[in-house]
Amino acid sequence: MEIKTNDILQKYPVGKSENLIPILQDIQDVEGYLSEASVVEVGRHLQMPTGKIYGVATFYNQFRFKPLGKYHIQVCRGTACHVLGSATVLEEIEKELAVKSGNTTRDGMFSVEVVACIGACGLAPVVAINGNFHAKLTADKIKELIDNYRNQE
Amino acid sequence: MSFLIEVNNKQIEARKGEMLLDSLNRHGIKVPTLCHLKGKFPSGSCRMCVVENSNTGRLVTACSFPVEENLKVQTHSPKVIESRKLIVELLLSNHPDDCLFCVRNKNCELQNLSEELQVRDRRVKGVKNNYHMDRSSASIVRDPDKCILCGRCVRVCEETMGVSAIDFINRGSESIVGVAFDKGINTSSCVNCGQCIMVCPTGALTEKNHFPELLSNLNNPSKTVVVQYAPSISVSLAEEFGMSPGKDINGIMNAALRKIGFNFVFDTTFGADLTIMEEASELIDRVSNNGKLPMITSCCPGWIKFAEEFYPDLIPHLSTCKSPQQMTGAIIKSHWSDKMNLNPEDIYSVSIMPCTAKKFEAQRDEMTNKGITDVDAVLTTRELAQLIRMYGVDMHNITPETTDTPLGFRSSAGKIFGATGGVMEAAIRTAYFMITGKELVQFKIETLRGVKGCKEASVKAGDLTVNVAVVSGLQNARELLEKVESGEKEVHFIEVMACPNGCINGGGQQIGADEEAVMSRMKALYDIDDKETIKVSHQNPDVIQLYKEFLGKPLSDKSHKLLHTHYKKRDVLL
Amino acid sequence: MEAQANISVKDFLIDEVLRDFSNNSKDEQVQEKIAVIKNEKIDQPIIYIGAGTCGLGAGADKTIKAVKKYLSDNELEAKIIETGCIGLCSAEPIMDIHLPTHNRVSFEAVTEDKVDGILDNVFSLELPKDAKSMGQFKSYQGKDWENLNFFNEHPFFAPQYRIVLKNCGIIDPVNINEYIARGGYKSFIKVINVDKPFDVCEAIEKSGLRGRGGGGFPTGKKWKFANGEKSDQKYLICNADEGDPGAFMDRAIIEGDPHRLIEGMAIGAFAIGATEAYIYIRAEYPLAIKRLEIAIEQAKEYGLIGNDIFGTGVNFNIKIKKGAGAFVCGEETALMHSIEGKRGMPRPRPPFPTTSGLFGKPTVINNVETFANVPGIIEMGADKFAAIGTENSKGTKVFALSGKIALTGLVEVPMGTTVRDVLFNVAGGVLDNKKFKAVQIGGPSGGCIVEKNLDILIDYESLMSVGAMMGSGGLVVMDEDTCMVDVAKFFMDFIQRESCGKCIPCREGTKRMLEILESITGKPQAGDNNEALERFKGVMQLEKLCAVIKDTSLCGLGQTAPNPILSTLSWFRDEYEAHVFDRKCPSGVCTNLKEYKIDVDLCTGCTICARKCPVDAIIGSKKQAHFIVDTKCIGCGVCFDVCKFNAVNVV
Repeated sequence: MEIKTNDILQKYPVGKSENLIPILQDIQDVEGYLSEASVVEVGRHLQMPTGKIYGVATFYNQFRFKPLGKYHIQVCRGTACHVLGSATVLEEIEKELAVKSGNTTRDGMFSVEVVACIGACGLAPVVAINGNFHAKLTADKIKELIDNYRNQE
Repeated sequence: MSFLIEVNNKQIEARKGEMLLDSLNRHGIKVPTLCHLKGKFPSGSCRMCVVENSNTGRLVTACSFPVEENLKVQTHSPKVIESRKLIVELLLSNHPDDCLFCVRNKNCELQNLSEELQVRDRRVKGVKNNYHMDRSSASIVRDPDKCILCGRCVRVCEETMGVSAIDFINRGSESIVGVAFDKGINTSSCVNCGQCIMVCPTGALTEKNHFPELLSNLNNPSKTVVVQYAPSISVSLAEEFGMSPGKDINGIMNAALRKIGFNFVFDTTFGADLTIMEEASELIDRVSNNGKLPMITSCCPGWIKFAEEFYPDLIPHLSTCKSPQQMTGAIIKSHWSDKMNLNPEDIYSVSIMPCTAKKFEAQRDEMTNKGITDVDAVLTTRELAQLIRMYGVDMHNITPETTDTPLGFRSSAGKIFGATGGVMEAAIRTAYFMITGKELVQFKIETLRGVKGCKEASVKAGDLTVNVAVVSGLQNARELLEKVESGEKEVHFIEVMACPNGCINGGGQQIGADEEAVMSRMKALYDIDDKETIKVSHQNPDVIQLYKEFLGKPLSDKSHKLLHTHYKKRDVLL
Repeated sequence: MEAQANISVKDFLIDEVLRDFSNNSKDEQVQEKIAVIKNEKIDQPIIYIGAGTCGLGAGADKTIKAVKKYLSDNELEAKIIETGCIGLCSAEPIMDIHLPTHNRVSFEAVTEDKVDGILDNVFSLELPKDAKSMGQFKSYQGKDWENLNFFNEHPFFAPQYRIVLKNCGIIDPVNINEYIARGGYKSFIKVINVDKPFDVCEAIEKSGLRGRGGGGFPTGKKWKFANGEKSDQKYLICNADEGDPGAFMDRAIIEGDPHRLIEGMAIGAFAIGATEAYIYIRAEYPLAIKRLEIAIEQAKEYGLIGNDIFGTGVNFNIKIKKGAGAFVCGEETALMHSIEGKRGMPRPRPPFPTTSGLFGKPTVINNVETFANVPGIIEMGADKFAAIGTENSKGTKVFALSGKIALTGLVEVPMGTTVRDVLFNVAGGVLDNKKFKAVQIGGPSGGCIVEKNLDILIDYESLMSVGAMMGSGGLVVMDEDTCMVDVAKFFMDFIQRESCGKCIPCREGTKRMLEILESITGKPQAGDNNEALERFKGVMQLEKLCAVIKDTSLCGLGQTAPNPILSTLSWFRDEYEAHVFDRKCPSGVCTNLKEYKIDVDLCTGCTICARKCPVDAIIGSKKQAHFIVDTKCIGCGVCFDVCKFNAVNVV
């Protein structure tokens, strides 16, 4: 990871903080997100405090700080899904994958995100995995669903 | 050049190039501000200082509006007042309703504005932000819920202190002031100076409080509770009790501390004198034995952490002396406890400091001797005032008392530690004596006094000329150190104080004190130095006695074990 | 061969066209050569495909593949040129065919399946009957197609006056030769050879050009301020951070004619004495960025960017900075902070950017359309440009049409055209002949124009007089089915998310305004009187909040944030009242206010609605009439959608 960051940094002069945003864009293009290590590297190169870099990066919509998993699970928490028990679905997913929403599993296979209504109220509770909808989920169906994706490997 | 402008239908004089706010303030017209910081570029974020430009009918912010000829403004028109009021109401709509439980109750700018603008009902309501408190730091507690995002702390941290530990994170209504990757502030480069607390208009930034532990020790008969206080405390406390700023109430404070229940009252200034003995000797040793120069003072824990993080290469330059607080603490739990026949573990050692970084210093690993901490709890000036009020001590109606000896007697050289340049002046007085065997004819070194961020002097002692520099405000330190590192400046001895103007303006002092008050504190310290007869540390009889019966001589083995320490590079998110 | 030919074209264009800026050669040989470069005199067919973002979205890349396949299948030689957007987005994908023997002819909605048929016909010199043509272009050579309109007679294009969009959709955007052959860069070369920088500022001021990005500040005046500043370095910035929902003209200009922007900036930089320029463009516009990069490289190669341009001693360099996603960076000082690598937060003005801007140096910022006007102004002369438009608004304005309108896309009309003309004559009126309700102009900062104001002339002041603003020129049309409270909520949600958070009125105020709108459109809670009272009090505060936010916010974003509410509130107060007091959404948009009822006479008891209801709000036994439990219903409308017997009604 850091080697890549270094390669990118070589293209930009030391201490020129005006290049911060292009550098972050380049890093995210290559690595998919901004890791803490990258941000620290960038700070060293540009002689900028990491807090400032983080402040800049979180200001703009473009930047992410966690890699998405190979399978990105979006759990709908809209009203309809909520009423039909999406909370337990989410709980079960978190338990099965041993991650909290907003995070990615250690093996990088799955990331979990809670989203507002994705407009599939008729399918509630609904979960989208890489954009594919899985309808009318209950807690007991979660293991099978996730295993299906695991077994695709 | 000056000209007249019309304010509220009256002419006032304005100076070309200044901002409207400055003209107004000079003529006794108060306009509320929340984000304004004197002497810094206006950020224009709070919008509280809006006034009505009668020429255009528009509202402009006085802090960022340069005066112009023919300007006509209304500072308190109905439109202006209603706008300010609604802005405050908007802030309140996203602010915890817990004034009565807030450490800044009765000293909160938001509370004051709410009162001044007669906010009487909750016209604006909505969902409030709900964040976690950050208690990770030894010195500073952050409560983002109370933060109104005025940005003063961010600017002070960056522009005055050169630290940039905190910054704005996220955007819009999700903005918070925080640390990289939303971590605790303990992972950051924060040096615990507390200047952020000093500028915080609300209770979003406060010092970490140790009252429960302190109170239980005060009430524990098996504990001997001792207290020491820093040189600047006696000239800073008066303001908290409605007395004139800078008034020296040392005796009253001694009495108050005993009324609260402290068993022994000592003066950190004794430790300052001790520091000078060690530090001056160390300087002479370095100069005569080709040691690392320049030597840099190590009394200020904010500066020490700053150096460990940003200038690890300069660590060998730091004086190995512990700070006066830690020296006093170390002596209390060694020599003094022996003398008193007390088990060090049964002593609860408290210090009153104008400083939040001292809380951090006290819990450093280096400041522990065989599992016994030199100092157990550190209170800020503010907290002392709270404690005095809590214990119902009437500061206007008690008889002054003296300190306990032997750790209570001091010279006036130690006393001036509280102002920027004081350590240097005191050190020069003693170093001169140590080198030449004679006392200086003129103790006062005028060029090292005053409010300048960086002061320099050359001192001749015998055939030795020593170049010294004094900086306060870590951004100033940065600038000086860059010059020293590049070889542009040749200095032998540097005093660094993290806070601008030194401890009299430390991060533990009264919040909201103005520049004038700080100047009064400075003047008070120098007045004491003028008036008193023992003006050098090496003439402090108790210090002489301590060396005689315990330490031997400066830089002795015992001194090294108890009064000196070493620092190392600190790994934080820079 | 090709390389050599290119060199000669380059030398020809530089020596005989650009250096000859004052003396338009009538020499026939020169004219012919130019016609060749302009692709007007051709010896093999050219197929043009609209490949802007809108075209590609409509499937232009598949169309291109189909064309290539057709050509190779039929062993035909033809050149394929990908153009930018001609402006009629609803007609994409657009394909033009230019045969050596005939005029260039343009077809709309050419999806991949239609390619073969059209090409079969055109190559046999017939017009396809089943494909819709937008018309033919007069060309240097070649016959007219019979019974076919000319392009400029097309109702969408006829009323337009194209200065900025002149080349868009017509030329190859990444061929500098074609741009030069069509008169490009001549203005720039003329200006740097003949004029003093101040004269250029004068000319632009005289032309009456005003900023096309929002505020409408006179461009020449702004340039003069910067021109008058003494500094070792000055900067010129093009604001291409087009973020308004409903505006896409900047993207289309860059994708369709990037050299026009570069030339306009080059002239501007010369006028203010800047040698360094930045284009701040949204990262979400990859195609525009790519075409700009190519164009900049080409201009460098031709010596139009760089040092000592054409031996005049003039220097001009240009850098692209990609925005990272923050609407507020459209604000000048925020944009500069972003270029400097900081959080894009505005700062108070003064100092104005023309005094202290990027890196503390005098800086001029204009938007894409403003710069794109500049070459045209120099070419036609300030007086001629000033003759177009109204008293205080000169020239043309590009509008982006979207929403419930028959023809969507970009139009460029003279200032002073009526809004009605643009909507009903150019753009074909409201979609599906529904009833017009309002048109939102100027994006989230703008306001709406209602039926009775449709005849106002488009200019900066007139629009202000009806509570709207020019803004960047997005026109979002709304019909009878649009809920204006919902529209206000949509914009407020956008603004609230995009507020930078620096100043209190905008940060806290937009959030509260959104919450009030949400409570107005939110579900009524039966029996909770407190809730109703709160809602009512919220509305009472709404107008006061709007006023204070407008008066006290730091930057344009906050100052205009209440506009959607103020505007809808002033024209559609009745809709607000219906939401607040009757708890009804007259347009039926706000689902939370919808109440569904089952008509017991029509219900057959098939149970499908009960089974599909996500919240089990429908009860009833098989073959018996069903009922909806109001307190459980979330208004999602699934029952309405699934009922086969029209038994579910919205009330």
